[in-house]
Amino acid sequence: MRTATGAVELDVAMRIEAGAITVLTGPSGAGKTTLLRLLAGLVKPQSGRIAFGEDVWLDTGKYIFQSPQQRKIGLVFQDYALFPHLTVRQNLTFALKKGEDPRRVDELLHEVELTQLADQKPHQLSGGQKQRVALARALVQSPRLLLLDEPLSALDRSMRYRLQGYLASLHQRYQLTVVLVTHDLAEIFRLADHVVELDEGKITRQGTPQEVFASSYPLAEGPTLYGEVLTCVVEGDQALVQALIDQRIHALRLPASRAVDLLPGCSFLLHYTMDTPSVEVIR
Amino acid sequence: MNPEPLILTFKLASLTTLILFGLALPIAYWLAYSKFRGRVLVEAVIGMPLVLPPSVLGFYLLLAFSPSHFFGAWVEELFGLRLIFSFPGLVVASVIYSLPFMVYPLQAGLQALPGSLREASYTLGKSAWTTFFKILLPNCKSAILTALVLTFAHTVGEFGVVLMIGGNIPGVTKVASVAIYNEVEALNYSAANQYALVLFVITFAILLLVYLLNHRLRVRYSA
Repeated sequence: MRTATGAVELDVAMRIEAGAITVLTGPSGAGKTTLLRLLAGLVKPQSGRIAFGEDVWLDTGKYIFQSPQQRKIGLVFQDYALFPHLTVRQNLTFALKKGEDPRRVDELLHEVELTQLADQKPHQLSGGQKQRVALARALVQSPRLLLLDEPLSALDRSMRYRLQGYLASLHQRYQLTVVLVTHDLAEIFRLADHVVELDEGKITRQGTPQEVFASSYPLAEGPTLYGEVLTCVVEGDQALVQALIDQRIHALRLPASRAVDLLPGCSFLLHYTMDTPSVEVIR
Repeated sequence: MNPEPLILTFKLASLTTLILFGLALPIAYWLAYSKFRGRVLVEAVIGMPLVLPPSVLGFYLLLAFSPSHFFGAWVEELFGLRLIFSFPGLVVASVIYSLPFMVYPLQAGLQALPGSLREASYTLGKSAWTTFFKILLPNCKSAILTALVLTFAHTVGEFGVVLMIGGNIPGVTKVASVAIYNEVEALNYSAANQYALVLFVITFAILLLVYLLNHRLRVRYSA
């Protein structure tokens, strides 16, 4: 798959594994959302080719361009894009094809636990609820490819964690091929099979989350945990770090020299070796 | 008071509003979403009636509608319609004169909607047609209401254009605003007053209703 577009030139060649969750990440303006919109058919590149299996979605050389309607995709927007004049159920029913079984809507509402709220209008819902509606709506037509544009960025940590759970279970259940744009490292480690890091329209790194974010560090034997620093207090040559690991607060005692970079808010990987844990700041 | 001019006024305004609504929807859609550069030129042309003195517009329409001009002759030959000093002529002139009052609010209403609504509908497999009527239009109710009422009210208030191309034929082109002018010229102030009062009350009532409805729509969607 090759794509290229103006302004910041996007020049990308990549392969998306069927049935996997591929994450696009990188700084703002790197071209993640543009790449997603190219996949959806919402923007046309100056030149490029996109094929989904045997199906060619775009080939500027041969003047092939399939519209978003033809591509059979699901897209979850950053602002949810729920239709304000329709209820939750109507938002999903709208996505049905003519004559399609409406039970599909009930099944999906049940899946994201929104049956109770089916008759509410979007403005009566919380952010997390809106997100679930958007996710369910994108799945009504059983898309071949599900695209998610920073779907959870506007939500608080615990809600994000819950929705990642929904996403993971829906992915399993419907065997979805997913492309997810996100900045959130916890999300990447929890969901991604494959990570593609973009910067200024080019791929800088790709691989499994481990390969991309921990490759610079010699991997120790034993488990690796992802965490975020909450506080760091230095007492003599020891530092007491309080960190959020797997949604729980843990206290780590480290040599002060190792804790210099552990400022509150930064993310790290914790590698357990046989003797001492070592901590690597990654962002 | 002869109610004929008032009836004629509201007939003209209703017909103009109806025709313009159908005509302005595709124009507004095109203006709101087209990336074509010449768009600005079209926008400016549509806006001309806003700034042009009605007599200027009326004068050009008078020339164009006259049977000696090719447009007037063509319409007369094709439809058997004389546009000058006739009711159909008034309708055509009103449609041109009130065009921006219908197009601009609709265009603004569409542009105010988040672009993702349209794109979401497309990715759900819906055509541009379905998206427009089922998603976009229902979400600019307030703009539609404003456009309809502004057009209606503007047509009711028409005077210069009517006088130039319609003249003053009772029951055909003599609308209320012209009738008031006539009565005043004839120093018949009480008759003028009656027409004026009716127009005043009705237009005020319409505007009041619109602001009420718009306020309600805003409250409903602003949460």
